[in-house]
Amino acid sequence: MRTTEQQTGAGGASTTPPTPPPAPPTLSPLELARWAWRQLTSMRTALVLLFLLALAAIPGSIVPQENIASADVANFQAAHPTLTPIYEKLGLFSVYDSVWFSAIYLLLMISLVGCIVPRLRVYWRGMRARPPRTPRHLGRLPVSRSFTVEEQPAVVLERARAALRKRRFRVSVDTSPSAAADSVAAERGYLREAGNLLFHVSVLVVLVGFAIGQLFGYKGGVITVVGQGFSNSLSQYDEFSPGSLFQPSNLPPLSFTVKNFHVHYLTSGPQAGQPTDFSAELDYQSAPGEPVQKDRLMVNHPLQIDGADVFLVGHGYAPRVTVRDGRGNIAYQGPVVFLPQDASFESFGVIKVPDAAPQQLGFEGLFLPTYGFTMARGPFSRFPAALKPVMTLLAYHGDLGMDSGRPQSVYDLDKSQMRLFKLPSGRPDRLDMAVGQTKQLPGGGSIRFDGVDHWVKLQISNAPGKGIALAGVLLGILGLLGSLFVRPRRTWVRARREDGRTLVEVAGLDRSAGGDLEGEVDELCRAVEDAAPART
Amino acid sequence: MTPAFFGSFSNHAIAFASVVYALALLAHVAEWAMSRKVPVRATSQAQRAAEQRAAQPVPVGSGAPADPGAAPVVPPEAEPDDREFSIDRFGRIGVALTVVACLIHLSAVVTRGLASDPARVPWGNMYEFTMAGTFGVTVMYLLLLRRYQLRWMGLMVTAFEVVVLMCAVLFLYEPAGPLVPALHSYWLMIHVTAAILASGAFAVGALASALYLVKDRAERRGTVRSSGYLARLPETSILDRAAYRVHAFGFPIWTFAALVAGPIWAEYAWGSYWNWDPKEVWAFITWVVYAAYLHARATAGWKGRTAAIIALIGFATLMFNFVGINYFFGAGSMHSYAGG
Repeated sequence: MRTTEQQTGAGGASTTPPTPPPAPPTLSPLELARWAWRQLTSMRTALVLLFLLALAAIPGSIVPQENIASADVANFQAAHPTLTPIYEKLGLFSVYDSVWFSAIYLLLMISLVGCIVPRLRVYWRGMRARPPRTPRHLGRLPVSRSFTVEEQPAVVLERARAALRKRRFRVSVDTSPSAAADSVAAERGYLREAGNLLFHVSVLVVLVGFAIGQLFGYKGGVITVVGQGFSNSLSQYDEFSPGSLFQPSNLPPLSFTVKNFHVHYLTSGPQAGQPTDFSAELDYQSAPGEPVQKDRLMVNHPLQIDGADVFLVGHGYAPRVTVRDGRGNIAYQGPVVFLPQDASFESFGVIKVPDAAPQQLGFEGLFLPTYGFTMARGPFSRFPAALKPVMTLLAYHGDLGMDSGRPQSVYDLDKSQMRLFKLPSGRPDRLDMAVGQTKQLPGGGSIRFDGVDHWVKLQISNAPGKGIALAGVLLGILGLLGSLFVRPRRTWVRARREDGRTLVEVAGLDRSAGGDLEGEVDELCRAVEDAAPART
Repeated sequence: MTPAFFGSFSNHAIAFASVVYALALLAHVAEWAMSRKVPVRATSQAQRAAEQRAAQPVPVGSGAPADPGAAPVVPPEAEPDDREFSIDRFGRIGVALTVVACLIHLSAVVTRGLASDPARVPWGNMYEFTMAGTFGVTVMYLLLLRRYQLRWMGLMVTAFEVVVLMCAVLFLYEPAGPLVPALHSYWLMIHVTAAILASGAFAVGALASALYLVKDRAERRGTVRSSGYLARLPETSILDRAAYRVHAFGFPIWTFAALVAGPIWAEYAWGSYWNWDPKEVWAFITWVVYAAYLHARATAGWKGRTAAIIALIGFATLMFNFVGINYFFGAGSMHSYAGG
């Protein structure tokens, strides 16, 4: 984006006030386009767009976002029935994909390009141009010194040239015949503008890398009970969000089995119950027929194979149960995933038994890894580890509604056609079971709490282009350092014969504030003087 | 020495550091209170610079070159003036106490790290981050003190330290303990250190920008008296430049913390380098606002007042990210372990 120098120059659209004059001359379409382009690429517009971008990002941090926390979105929508349609119209549930958010950053990018391209041209010319000619009156520059020496001007200038080169100035010797004087002009700090340009270009590079990831990447989540396996195909995922250009055939043919899961909790101290570490052991094959390899997944230690990264993002309990129906047949047997509700791993879950006869059975309730009970709280979990696991369930019978064709969540019991088993007193029949216990259901049938398995939540994802984005940010920082800390500086040395001696003038001009210009000019003087000084 | 010993050492050290900061604050208050009655010498910056140049044509010292606008420093050739002398003495006492407080503060931060078993970096929760962040502010101030002649900032910096440390102890305190698994990564060291440094720089920069605005307003209204705090602040151009320097120092570090180290760690920990997590969003907002500040400073019509206001907005977003996100939206943020 433009600096002041550019703006006060010929191309400075932003120095002209944005309000048109009272009687604007009619603009041809070309002029109008040019005017619009100038407006768009002006620094003012860029600043306004930057602020708009910052403002537009805010709602996404307050309103739950569809592609980040879809469960929270559902809860929010249930809790705010009037706001929801308005929010939906505004795209507030997916701010970062919304039209208005995209519009802002696309305009910003256009503005960026519109500012980089002309500046690249200017920079290219500047790079090839010689340092600016020596001004006539060096004494008028911010810092200047003059002194006399015995040697001939040519000798002095040669020394000045060498000294300036050593100080990494770009030097040109000015021997214009018009003036009877010779001088050296030098400039340094070209990297400032180079850094500036690099920074702005790298913003585009980052965006390209990010866009590639968004378009071709994918991110899926799956809950796997320890001991069970997974093979990488769409149908295996619990949730899956692909990029818009993602092809299912891009999924690498990965498969794995979760062999084991370990978690350790602090057992004492003020943070008792906080996990200290957890890890899952996997046997995986990067493709069918490949050798089986072992890996230990931990937080911060994903499994990275070509085209997919596997992350351990969560864990919980899956109590194993055996349900017998009214006829005494085993209608369900196996682990059921319960979702943790808080740090104590008090977990909520639903057991659906569609195969039970004569009526379908359903259970809903809590799994408490370390059972505790107080009159005030009722049953609760004292500790996240499964030290004294107890299930406390309510049982229902009737129709689970699974044949209606409507999709159902496995964590949600549709009770519209289910009836609660009640005690003769009319109170719900709450089934509390420790491991190994069996509870009989009033209408016949039973449920047995067989044991506790762990489940792990794994995320499998791929974001191509992340290397590009990273390289972009790193280049951007490099450019930023250049644009913030390189100080462009110009210096001139003039030497001419006067009264049998050589009068040397040295002057400097900083193009950014705050540098130690005097120090450099003084050191330059000393280098040029070489012989004993005779200052005036 | 046991972790418990280090833990209680750290708690005492923080209390002690707060007391010393408070003493330093008192010294600076005394410095400025005294200066109310002593008019600032009429020499303007330009004059003084010219005098200096005339007096010593050889290179002006390498350390602090052309910033003579830091008014409280008494020129050595000035006639002995008891008042000026004691003002200066109180200022020096303030700085010395700040150095002492900073060392105690450092010991508190270090022992806090040793207080958990195994020892770890001392910024695993909000209390610790506040402790380390305020330490970053003091370090930043002391580091830049000589170079940019920032003693006029001492009053604000020490007041900030006292208030924030008090809040940290009162509202944020948590006993020392091991880290949650999500923080088991060397990126905690890199990411958070960078965030602390950048926040420290932005805090110092915000102070300079705020003072710039106050002085600028008084100047435009013509209410700057010949004595007092405002009169002794450096000229607005120097305040503005100091603010810019500190921000320019902080911005690349912030870029690294929020847009390099953060995403890399997120990639390892959460499986995606950018998740639009509230904390990430606000770090991005802060970045955008400070980027706007740097651009505004180079734009006609925006430099000066507007730029300073933008810098303050940037700092406000930073603070909101730190406090607001942790308290209001902590549940929805994957950074929630950073909260209380």
